[in-house]
Amino acid sequence: MRSDPLMSRDYRTINYVSGPIMFVQNPIGVSYGETARITLPDGEIRTGQVLDISREMAVVQVFEGTSGVDNSVTNIRFTGEAAQIDVSIDMLGRIFNGVGLPRDGRPNIIPEDTVDIAGTAINPYARDKPSDFIQTGVSAIDALNTLVRGQKLPIFSGSGLPANQLAAQIARQSRVLGEGEQFAVVFVAMGITYKEASFFMNDFERTGALERVVFFMNLADDPTIERIATPRCALSVAEYLAFTHNLHVLVILTDMTNYCEALREISTAREEVPGRRGYPGYMYTDRASIYGRAGRMNGKTGSITQIPILTMPDDDITHPVPDLTGYITEGQIVLSRDLFRRGAEPPIDSLPCLSRLMNLGIGPGKTREDHRNVADQLYASYAYGRDLRRLVAIVGEEALTELDKKYLSFADQFERRFISQGDENRSIEQTLALGWDLMASLPEDELKRIKVEYIKRYHPSYRAG
Amino acid sequence: MVKGTIARISGPVVIADAMRGSKMYDVVKVGEEALSGEIIRLEGNQAVIQVYEDTTGLRIGEPVDNTGLPLSVELGPGLISSIYDGVQRPLPVLVEKSGSFISRGIDVAGLDRSKKWTFLPSIKKGDRVAGGDVLGTVQEYHITHKIMVPPDVPESVVSGIEAGDYTVQEPVCHLEGTGPVTLMQKWPVRKGRPYRKKLDPTVPLLTGQRIFDSLFPLTKGGTAMIPGGFGTGKTVSEQTLAKWSDAQIIVYIGCGERGNEMTDVLSEFPELVDPRTGLPLMERTILVANTSNMPVAAREASIYTGITMGEYYRDMGYDVALMADSTSRWGEALREVSGRLEEMPGEEGYPAYLATRLAAFYERAGRVDCIGSGDRVGSVTIVGAVSPPGGDFSEPITQNTLRITGTFWALDTNLAYRRHFPSVNWIKSYSLYIDSLNDWYLENLGPDWEELRDRMMYLLQKEVELQEIVQLVGPDALPESEKAILEVTRMIREDFLQQSAYSDTDSFCPLDKQYWMLKAIQSYDSAMNNAIERGVGLKQVSLLPLRSEIARMKELGSAGEIQALAERIKTSIDALEAER
Repeated sequence: MRSDPLMSRDYRTINYVSGPIMFVQNPIGVSYGETARITLPDGEIRTGQVLDISREMAVVQVFEGTSGVDNSVTNIRFTGEAAQIDVSIDMLGRIFNGVGLPRDGRPNIIPEDTVDIAGTAINPYARDKPSDFIQTGVSAIDALNTLVRGQKLPIFSGSGLPANQLAAQIARQSRVLGEGEQFAVVFVAMGITYKEASFFMNDFERTGALERVVFFMNLADDPTIERIATPRCALSVAEYLAFTHNLHVLVILTDMTNYCEALREISTAREEVPGRRGYPGYMYTDRASIYGRAGRMNGKTGSITQIPILTMPDDDITHPVPDLTGYITEGQIVLSRDLFRRGAEPPIDSLPCLSRLMNLGIGPGKTREDHRNVADQLYASYAYGRDLRRLVAIVGEEALTELDKKYLSFADQFERRFISQGDENRSIEQTLALGWDLMASLPEDELKRIKVEYIKRYHPSYRAG
Repeated sequence: MVKGTIARISGPVVIADAMRGSKMYDVVKVGEEALSGEIIRLEGNQAVIQVYEDTTGLRIGEPVDNTGLPLSVELGPGLISSIYDGVQRPLPVLVEKSGSFISRGIDVAGLDRSKKWTFLPSIKKGDRVAGGDVLGTVQEYHITHKIMVPPDVPESVVSGIEAGDYTVQEPVCHLEGTGPVTLMQKWPVRKGRPYRKKLDPTVPLLTGQRIFDSLFPLTKGGTAMIPGGFGTGKTVSEQTLAKWSDAQIIVYIGCGERGNEMTDVLSEFPELVDPRTGLPLMERTILVANTSNMPVAAREASIYTGITMGEYYRDMGYDVALMADSTSRWGEALREVSGRLEEMPGEEGYPAYLATRLAAFYERAGRVDCIGSGDRVGSVTIVGAVSPPGGDFSEPITQNTLRITGTFWALDTNLAYRRHFPSVNWIKSYSLYIDSLNDWYLENLGPDWEELRDRMMYLLQKEVELQEIVQLVGPDALPESEKAILEVTRMIREDFLQQSAYSDTDSFCPLDKQYWMLKAIQSYDSAMNNAIERGVGLKQVSLLPLRSEIARMKELGSAGEIQALAERIKTSIDALEAER
């Protein structure tokens, strides 16, 4: 984050410090949302932002935390500007901290432009419809929950589940990446461990993508409140790369649960009325201001696709963090502990998954004409097979009809062969062919979701004959 | 005009000093950039203002100017096919003025000032008119836009009126004593437009959706709510209703929802054709878009902006359907502002007046006898989506909305997971309008309609009980007659209730086709019951090729084909019996 020394006043009137929040008395000419530089007694400089001002008092949130702040010597300077970040195409391949300062030991970047990190809302009328299919090479995503350029598709994970591996696989295999120079990845780490962060770094290094990646690192031991600024800084850079340099930017945000914790911490320190589970009532709006910065714009070739990763506390999808995310994002990919235990890789539980923009990216000319029908049929058959499992647990497999037995085995095969694929990179044709192979184990009459003409054209028994 | 200064800023809420003389809900211009806001509380000299734009950069001591007027919308020709933000700023004009991102402090008129409209008077000089009377018409797409005397104008004599081309601001008519009347009038959004009296809703709002029209109908002038967890298809349902409802005007409010969804509507609606008129759907639609990342206070205003425009077309005698997606985001905006005001919170942090505000909004729906001369009956129907956190229907917005709406379409996460769409739960949903609509259905469909629907509902209810038994002891333990019920209900669920919003043939299903589809299932049901009673095994019946014909009847084009199918079903099952 940048701060401009022009137009600034110094205060030593801090009279109350609590958690990440400081109260400064008698601020004059201070504006809402502006940045403050805080100089501690030992000379350390920290950054803050004005959250609330009145004639008597300014409430300042300190990104790096308030430890060491006293209420007599500590000096606060208001810069007169909203939080900003310097941006440049040269940020590719660099590593920054949570507020956009280099943390790779190399010099500061030479800015091409400076932008407000809060960003401004895209006019809905200026948005372009996302419609380009992204082939991730993961069957459970490509066939059933297709990702398109400009979408925001989160991964709902649980602690210990391999969400990072899946995100890395998507970043590695996506066909957007296949186009060479056109892409960039902005990787945003919020409160994750060094080990997790280095997993991504090694993976990008292995695939030679490192110089196309901008890293923003706020690790688990970095100041919590910095996390509030981290995704905003990163998305400002992503917007600059996408809409000024016309790149297709994939933004990976991990872990959004940690971001929400930081939000709750500030809200509590401000003594606000808590909403569900102590999270502030404006958490929806706040996160919408992050997720909303994905998409495409009329007249620009670049795009921003977001893959936020979040951890569902206790695998609970109704917890406010995943719940509000689901209401804002365009679908979700949900990982399942049950499938993980049974060795599925990636353990994607396809039933609760969804991609709202799927229909825009599939069909003739994009993927294949039968794609929608195949996805619907696989879903319906798998859901029925899963229901039968519960029945079998009670009455035993013998009680099932022949047809139901076929469904039961379909569900098993579907998980084993279709969902689970390891490191394989499947083309959409391979994925659909595999889907047809699995459906061929069911009687043709049962394929009600598929148009007769597609059955004639793609069903293995017709193709063979 | 009252002028004050900013004393405190907290998010979208600004407190200004020296505001004595202001009225509640006056629109004010805040700061050097003149951001729009509205007074929501008065305390001595201080006024509390909710600001419709981002407040970053405002300073203590900056000026606050009171315009002295309440938040109003401009009503007149040019509304249709427009897309507005929450305070009626046309978004395409904002793009022209400030580029792809929405910048602040831009004042744009809701209606195009330069466009000329051809006005045809329907009264003449010397006539006496009063508020609500029609002066003449303007053609707005295929809608005959009636130019009415503003509701609050007292009876007066027309001293001049002339046909011609006018902009919305040029006077088309002069009234003695009250002055000129223009094509455009203004109306405060928080105040419902007057009507002579409310009428009972007796005509269904047909949507072409089987589960809505056949099982849980909504009336013209009624209210409906669609609650559901994320991914259950609220937005798809709202959009489907906006596409296929048989209203003449659609107001679609995207309140705090996704930007890409509005883009979807914007790109899709101009290309889609209204099955009843053959004209592009956009030519009957008004869009209000306040997406999730746009300022929160304007989200609060957006539903009032939308409904006021709806009421205006209602007053011309049209049927208007208003879709609000989602009212939960509106409630959250209310909660956020209330929290900043440090009001005592009610349930889950929502303000105690949540229920009152919701009721006041939904009560603006209705079928009414319009004011003014001549018999004009118009209606506004409201369909509000609700997004309960965690899919938990006990939360305040769902519960408060339930109390005031007539139709409840409960979306179910489990149905959505298995891709049963529309994922309306047929056990939880209900419609309070069924009784008042019976006459209409009997007249337009057939005398056996009520019996047909009751039978379907009975079977679906019975299925739930039987499923519980099956879960315990397996399907083999059921007698043949009950197995037959499960077979029929599966047919109802898969071949009747499921309806793809994306299929070319099936996304819109006319009412007579719905009727014959139900008749086909009914004849299968009764023929099978007869056969089983007389000893024909369920297996034999199940083997008939008719079942796959029923499964594909959605794709059949006409009601006639399905009628033929219904008759064939009966004869082939009778034939089975004869074979024995």
